[in-house]
Amino acid sequence: MTRSEARPPGEGAQLAQLDSPLLPLADDALVLSHRLGEWAGHAPVLEEELALANIALDLLGQARTLYSELGDEDELAFLREERAFRNCQLVEQPNGDFAHTMIRQLYFSAYQELLFTQLAERGHPLAAKAVKETEYHRDHAEHWTLRLGDGTPESHARAQQAADALWRYTGELFQPLQGPEPVGAVDWDALRESWTERITRTLEAATLVVPAAPQHGAWTAGAGRQGLHTESFGRMLAEMQHLHRSHPGASW
Amino acid sequence: MVTEAEREARGASAAGERRQRDLTAWAGSVPDPELPVITLAELGVLRGVRETAPGGPVEVEITPTYTGCPAIETMATDIERVLRENGVPEVTVRTVLAPPWTTDDITPEGRRKLAASGIAPPRGGSAPGSGPVALALAIRCPNCGSTETTLISRFSSTACKALRRCEACREPFDHFKEL
Repeated sequence: MTRSEARPPGEGAQLAQLDSPLLPLADDALVLSHRLGEWAGHAPVLEEELALANIALDLLGQARTLYSELGDEDELAFLREERAFRNCQLVEQPNGDFAHTMIRQLYFSAYQELLFTQLAERGHPLAAKAVKETEYHRDHAEHWTLRLGDGTPESHARAQQAADALWRYTGELFQPLQGPEPVGAVDWDALRESWTERITRTLEAATLVVPAAPQHGAWTAGAGRQGLHTESFGRMLAEMQHLHRSHPGASW
Repeated sequence: MVTEAEREARGASAAGERRQRDLTAWAGSVPDPELPVITLAELGVLRGVRETAPGGPVEVEITPTYTGCPAIETMATDIERVLRENGVPEVTVRTVLAPPWTTDDITPEGRRKLAASGIAPPRGGSAPGSGPVALALAIRCPNCGSTETTLISRFSSTACKALRRCEACREPFDHFKEL
C-alpha cells in the first residue's frame, strides 16, 4: 500500500462506500492476512513459514482489490477505528498454537471458497480470480487438520481444543450481508449447508468430534459484522495501524 | 482499379499493424521480475497494448498471476520503461482481473524455459475450479527427468510454486502449480 497521497485523515473515508457488502469481505481478508503474517519467524517449520506468508499475501491482494473498489485502500485499512471494521470475529482470533491457526484456516477457507464460488458465478471479477487460490488455502488447511487430528495424542488434543474453541465464531459467517448484487444475491442457507457438510467430513476424517455447542456467543447484539469485536482485535489493529498513523503519507 | 485514397488507407493500416506488432513485442519482451528466465508474453500476463493515436500515448493491460502478486507493480514499471526507451511518449499500465489468468496461458516456449531453469512447468488442462489437482498426474523432476517426485509443501518461494522433491536424484525443486 504505497501509492497513497498525503490527505487529512478521514477526508476520503467519508467518500468511501462504507455500507457496501464487499467491505466485510475485504476486512475479513485484511485481518486474517495480518494474523497469518504474525507467524513470520515463528512457524514450526520453514515450509509452513512460507505457506502461511503466501496465504497471507493472497488475502492481502484480495483486500487491496476490494478496498480499491470502495475507496482509498490506505484510509480504509489504516485510518478506521475498531468499530468501523466489519470482519467476522473468527478471523481476528489470536493465532494460538499451530493447531488453533490451522482450524481457524479450515473454518474460514472453506467459507471463503464457497462464498467466492457463488460470487464468481454471478460474475464478480475478484471472486472469479481468487476462488482458485482459496481452494489451495482450504486444501492446505484440510491436510493439516488430518495430520494433527489423526496424529499423536498431543496433536489430536490440541486440534480438538481448537475446533471446540473456535466453533462459537462460525455462526456469524452465514449472516446474510445486505446490499446490491452480487453479494446481496448470495444463497446463505446453501452456503451454510455446504460448509457444514464439508467441515463435518474433514473433522470426522481427522478423528475429531464435530462440536455440538452453539455457533455463537451469549452476546446477542451482534458480532464482527456489526462492528462489535473481541478484546484482542483492538491490540491487533493498534499494531497494524500505528506505523501509518505515526507517519501520515509516508511511502517506501 | 485502386484509387489513391485506398492505397493510402491500406498503407496506413499496414503501418498501424506493424506499429501494433512492435509495441506488443516490446511490452511482451519484459522479463518476469521473479522468474526472469521467461518474458511477460511467455507467462501470458500481457493482455493488450493499444496506441491511442499514431505516435501517441500507449495503454497496456496486464493481469496478475495471483491476486496478491507483489511483482505486478515492478512489471508495470518495467513495461513503462521499455516502451519509453522505444520512443513512446506516454504509457499507462492497467491491471485487469477478468478473465482470470490460468497456468494454461503460459506458452509452450515459456514452459520449456521454466523446465530448463529447474522449475517444473504446470501440467496442462486447468479447468475452472480445478485448483489443487486431485489426479496424481506425474510431475517430472527438472533435474534428472524422473517422474518419482513427492510434494514437500503446497507453497514455496512464491505463491505460484509448490516445493517438491525428486525421489530418484533426491534434489528438491520448485513446481509451477496449476491454477
